[in-house]
Amino acid sequence: MTGPTTTVPTTTAPGARRSRGRRRHRAAGTTLTLTLLGAAVLIASLAAGDISVPVPDVLHALAGRGDPLTSTVVLTWRLPRALLALALGAALGLSGAIFQTLTRNPLGSPDVIGFNTGASTGALAVLLSGTAGYTRTALGALIGGLATAALVYALGGRRSTATTRFVVTGIAVSAILTSVNTWLMYGADTAVAARAAQWTAGSLDALGWEHAVPALVALAPLALITPFLVRTLRVLELGDDVATALGARVVRGRLILATVGVALTAVATSVAGPLAFVALAAPQIARLLYRRTPGISLPGAALTGALLLAGADWVAAHAFAPVQLPTGVVTVSTGGAYLLWLLLGPRRGGRKG
Amino acid sequence: MTASTPPVGRRAPRPGARVLAFAGAGCGVLLLVAAASVAFGSRTVGIHQIVQGLAHTGPADIVTLVREVRVPRTAAGLVAGAALGAAGILIQAVTRNPLGDPGLLGVSSGSGFAVTLTVALTGSTGVTATVWSAFAGAAAVTVLIVVVAAATGNRHPGQLVLVGVALGAVLSGIQAALTLLNPRTLDTMRAWSAGTLTGIPPGTTAFLTLFVAVGLFAALTVARGLDMAAMGEDLARGLGTRTHLTRAVAIAAITLLAGSATALAGPLSFLGLMVPHLLRPLIGPGTRRLLLGSLIVGPVLLLTADVAARLVTRPGELPVGVVTAFLGAPLLLILLHSRKGRIR
Repeated sequence: MTGPTTTVPTTTAPGARRSRGRRRHRAAGTTLTLTLLGAAVLIASLAAGDISVPVPDVLHALAGRGDPLTSTVVLTWRLPRALLALALGAALGLSGAIFQTLTRNPLGSPDVIGFNTGASTGALAVLLSGTAGYTRTALGALIGGLATAALVYALGGRRSTATTRFVVTGIAVSAILTSVNTWLMYGADTAVAARAAQWTAGSLDALGWEHAVPALVALAPLALITPFLVRTLRVLELGDDVATALGARVVRGRLILATVGVALTAVATSVAGPLAFVALAAPQIARLLYRRTPGISLPGAALTGALLLAGADWVAAHAFAPVQLPTGVVTVSTGGAYLLWLLLGPRRGGRKG
Repeated sequence: MTASTPPVGRRAPRPGARVLAFAGAGCGVLLLVAAASVAFGSRTVGIHQIVQGLAHTGPADIVTLVREVRVPRTAAGLVAGAALGAAGILIQAVTRNPLGDPGLLGVSSGSGFAVTLTVALTGSTGVTATVWSAFAGAAAVTVLIVVVAAATGNRHPGQLVLVGVALGAVLSGIQAALTLLNPRTLDTMRAWSAGTLTGIPPGTTAFLTLFVAVGLFAALTVARGLDMAAMGEDLARGLGTRTHLTRAVAIAAITLLAGSATALAGPLSFLGLMVPHLLRPLIGPGTRRLLLGSLIVGPVLLLTADVAARLVTRPGELPVGVVTAFLGAPLLLILLHSRKGRIR
């Protein structure tokens, strides 16, 4: 994997106005670096595989001037998966940023509070009922995830979502649902269970354009309205009282944001299964990278998420070739390590509450 | 965590009738559950058939079923349940955290990870290799968790659970990768990692019972010291407790208990959490008494869960770990809500 090397110039700021300008420069520099890294991972994942394609040929194929075999390999086989990794990673990062800002809790991300497990339960119920289809599975995942998030919120978040209690409630609910999921899997016959197992591990393997197109179509409008949500999010960050005083409709704003956040996670989960910890880690890493920007940068979180998932998918697909790992396995172990660091690190970012 | 404040009097409250009643009733229930564990399954056998099987006088298939399948399974449940319950009590005492549980805190994940690593690297699926690697994994994670608990200063009980979950995620992710990279490992680990009491040779159970006994003995010797340490390090030292030694022995005991249980039954979450919280209202907060009580309640819970696991999806069966999680996780929710002062 390519090592992220963000170079932030470190000169002392003499004046306030100049430093604001420099801050913007730095943010732009970080964004550019992340974008370039994302492009590098994209090209790397198009080039690597059983049939390795040299980078110039990849670029030729992308431009529509490659020979038929190379074009098939790059454009038909690999491009949908690579694009999905970036797009779903961005969606998860964005969703995590929205939730972490709304809950004012670095751990308040959809994967930690049971959304993933609930989505798995919903999708499993549909898959095992035998009426599986892409849309139905996605719908099952959406309903399961929403119901779980609502339940965790009702049980643990009434007083405040900014507490460890809220998060541990999510863990407890996830544990119950995990055992329900295992039970569902045990009742199923082998073929269905195998398909379900692959889905619940979280994988981008074997995804083609027929999966990528609907997902990208669903994500595009969500991505488009997100910039408009940034302002609402900034105002809500000030606290309910200040926000109300400033004329913001707090309840409505929060509802819209939560809906968009849920929809982003739901699309990602319905396509690739539960990919844990991307939504948790991306916003916090983005916060470190965009140190000078107040709060969590939404575009930064999206870019970081895209880079994280694409990188994880590259490792899952190619690091242990010829064996393919489910992408979820890679995100779980690296994400868990990140969570440990978050809890125990010198800044103790997870201490709130 | 005390259910009632100790009475102000000259004498400490004595075990008394309540504890005796608990011990009597508990032993009765344990016997019943053990009998049920031998009797129920995909094929139900009656009491007289059990007796015939045990006495070697019945039909051959009943003798085989009782002596080679059901009784070893029940024995494994007895040992693993007692060990997990005792481990839960010790972890909660040492970390002074009411959410302590070998499964929740990642100790079982450590065992699972180490077993997988051993199977993957050496290809050995022998009992000895499994047991020792389960121990090594449990030991490493136990020490890590206790160090973390000390370093973070018991800020919030839930915090330690989060650390355990994070650690468990890392270890189980790598474990999943290892099993997927190696199909033979996958086969061996698939049953183990769900938590099950089936197919454990009696020799293994006997061997591990020895470890559990040593762990329990060690735990009982430091129980009083742990109770004193709970009143504060200085006070405990003033009363003559060697606090460091006490903790070290307790940690070794947790390792033995949780390691043996995990080696026997795979990673079982929430049992160690449930046992202390069920026991405290019944017999009070003393660690020594709780440890002895866990020898009854732990096996009762695990065997009940195991019988339920066999009956719910008859004629197939669930891994018992699924049932313990399903029963234990709601307790975690209740704990989070009930102790307002301690768990926000």
